[in-house]
Amino acid sequence: MTFTNSFPIETFDALVIGAGGAGMRSALQLTEHGHKIAMISKVFPTRSHTVAAQGGVNAALGNVTPDKWEWHMYDTIKGSDFLGDQDAIEFMCREASEIVRELEHFGVPFSRLDNGKIYQRAFGGQSQNYGEEQAHRTCAAADRTGHAILHSLYQQNLRLGTTFYDEFYAVDLLKNQDGEINGVLVMNIHDGEYKILQSPHILLATGGAGQVFRNNTNASINTGDGLGMVLRAGYPLQDMEFWQFHPTGVAGKGMLISEAVRGEGGKLRNALGEAFMEKYAPRVKDLASRDVVARAIAIEVNEGRGCGPGKDYVQLDISHIPNDIITERLPGIREISQTFLGIDPVKDPIHVYPTCHYMMGGIPTNIAGQVVSPDKDGKQQPVKGLYAIGECACVSVHGANRLGGNSLLDIVVFGRKTALTIDEALKKTPAQHNQTLNLTPVVNRLNRWLTKAEDSSNDTVLQIKKDLQLVMEKGCGVFRDQPTMQKALKELNAIQARLETVCISDFSNVFNLERLSAYELENLVTIGYATVVSALARTESRGAHSRVDYTERNDDEWLKHTLYFQDNHTLTFKPVNLSPKHHAMVKPKPRVY
Amino acid sequence: MKFIISRYNPETDQEPFDQTFELDDALLSADSMLLDALHLLREQDPSIAYRSSCQEGVCGSDGMNVNGKNRLSCVTSLSELGQTITLRPLPGLPIIKDLIIDMTLFYKQYKAVKPYLETIPFNIEHEHLQSPEERAKLDGSYECIMCGCCSTSCPSFWWNPDQFAGPAALLAAKRFVVDSRDIKHIDRLKELDSPTQTFRCRHIQNCTEACPKGLIPSRAIQELKSIMVKSL
Repeated sequence: MTFTNSFPIETFDALVIGAGGAGMRSALQLTEHGHKIAMISKVFPTRSHTVAAQGGVNAALGNVTPDKWEWHMYDTIKGSDFLGDQDAIEFMCREASEIVRELEHFGVPFSRLDNGKIYQRAFGGQSQNYGEEQAHRTCAAADRTGHAILHSLYQQNLRLGTTFYDEFYAVDLLKNQDGEINGVLVMNIHDGEYKILQSPHILLATGGAGQVFRNNTNASINTGDGLGMVLRAGYPLQDMEFWQFHPTGVAGKGMLISEAVRGEGGKLRNALGEAFMEKYAPRVKDLASRDVVARAIAIEVNEGRGCGPGKDYVQLDISHIPNDIITERLPGIREISQTFLGIDPVKDPIHVYPTCHYMMGGIPTNIAGQVVSPDKDGKQQPVKGLYAIGECACVSVHGANRLGGNSLLDIVVFGRKTALTIDEALKKTPAQHNQTLNLTPVVNRLNRWLTKAEDSSNDTVLQIKKDLQLVMEKGCGVFRDQPTMQKALKELNAIQARLETVCISDFSNVFNLERLSAYELENLVTIGYATVVSALARTESRGAHSRVDYTERNDDEWLKHTLYFQDNHTLTFKPVNLSPKHHAMVKPKPRVY
Repeated sequence: MKFIISRYNPETDQEPFDQTFELDDALLSADSMLLDALHLLREQDPSIAYRSSCQEGVCGSDGMNVNGKNRLSCVTSLSELGQTITLRPLPGLPIIKDLIIDMTLFYKQYKAVKPYLETIPFNIEHEHLQSPEERAKLDGSYECIMCGCCSTSCPSFWWNPDQFAGPAALLAAKRFVVDSRDIKHIDRLKELDSPTQTFRCRHIQNCTEACPKGLIPSRAIQELKSIMVKSL
């Protein structure tokens, strides 16, 4: 069989693709406003990766230490190594207190202070009064804040009756006769049937793509599906050279050990027992920004002060923290340590090493959540009908390095904001569905995976994915330089060639996970390219992008965002926004913790 | 290491059958999890179907019956399981394919207990106040990951999955009954006070035995009964 240009069609006012915290917050708003929407998710909503977020969500509530949104903004800009757009960061930090109170209103079981207010813990890169004393800004539900937020948002969507398409996979964006985005082709994973969901407003909330690296904290579903769709539709990805390596993943395995552990007093130690962060960040030590701590751990290990027989990890020590604090505030971490390392952190240190955690780059958007792309004159223009939020988007509030506690904030702030943008558009122009969609590209793509292997070939989708992850880990990890990245690029070409010829062996229709992996792999490979090509071009070190051959930040040449296009791996650039509306610009300066 | 996996593809099979796989011990290490082994088996046979996502026991995707017990494959260490491991889908709900079940009824029962906070109108200026003691009452219930291990181990749920809420839904119900911020707890209790809801629980306690997160749904259900006696 082959696919032809004919699929059943359903029509909606708006589509939300991805049921993590960002998509869920948007869907809630759109449903509340009475729009006919569909929430499409490749897993049951509460399986989305927001569920794994641990430490908390930042807001200058000032429940524990005095705080102001202005200080939060300053810390975020500094944390971003000045690559974050200051107007977007300002917007996010100004919205934070209200949006966290709203989450609490939705039922999130935040931990509490004795006075009944939301508990806030210390996290890296947070300060009072523009860089002075440590702030306590991260609102926490023990160390399960993502779970608490995702479940509460799902529950509120149940209350309002949001329409869910669970276990549906979004394959590609569809354009109308004018080249505008007007629909998406989806596959029902349960029976392998495809259909067109047509809508003038498509919101991508598809999350990150940490699966592009071998060691990562990410769920296996984090394959950057929205990013692949956007690239294939001809739009760019922004700042893809910036990947956050979380300092404390379980060594050799990757599970996340929250920054909350250090926020509650945990100390990193090398094989000599030294609390080595004192060397790298004399003032804030273990609570420096994540890029700083990840590099420090990598240096300790590279210089032979790692622990264990392979000297390949460091220790995170919490044995000095009282038991009741651990039980109350870090129960999930204790559970992960016991399950995956067989140790109880109350007594023994946790073995940790940096692991790929978060994608600072993504689909470029403006503050309203509209995807933007340069026109012929290089001016950034909204892409009609297309929106992106959360980790898949780059608005950019995280710049070159995200602060802990800002991703949960990002997803709800821009989730709500973008829903309001779509709501306004629908009020002005109700959805119409009389357009013809161009299906040729996606049909070609589907048909390509119907090819059966010739007997001689034994390459597999799973093997290519493993090889890709290894190439990326070796070529584009915590430290980078020109020769290793150039080698990675060459290896990517070989992987791309294999991807073009590999065949799947399972052609069944019900829960065909091999076919799903094939679609996902196409997205991962293109993200690999976006990362390496962008990283090779940026000849400076900034935030999470640390080059051994260009060790300094270079604001004269590189205070700008990278835009990667799939066609011929082209790059263009756009300026960083340095014009917040309600606060003076934060001038780039050397970043010291 | 030997794996006996229940296979079923509705497009080709009349009913589920067992298929045996061997996995070279050299591919596994002392701290390998069952999910690691499944990923390796999928390299042998890409058609083996099971759900998984976070791989660390928080998303609740990979509930399955392992040597007769409902567990999450990602947090089940192979070293606890012996040399022959028998994998079946969670029991009591329709099988979609291999180890993947149709959880529609499970989710329907969850939704039916109105598992969402209902409270006074939103005040933008401050959060609801809740003392640490009031908040502590939510511990042991809000952490549920909806994997279904409990409800699909419950005989009362097996008989009537279309009628009986089941332990997971009742655990969620209790979480909102005891949340100091909720204003509907009397209405909630009235709706739960029925022979097909709370009182279909026969206190068999399979749910508590099965919960991979160490939660105690059976106790939550007993507490619900006791709150009903006091409040209604």
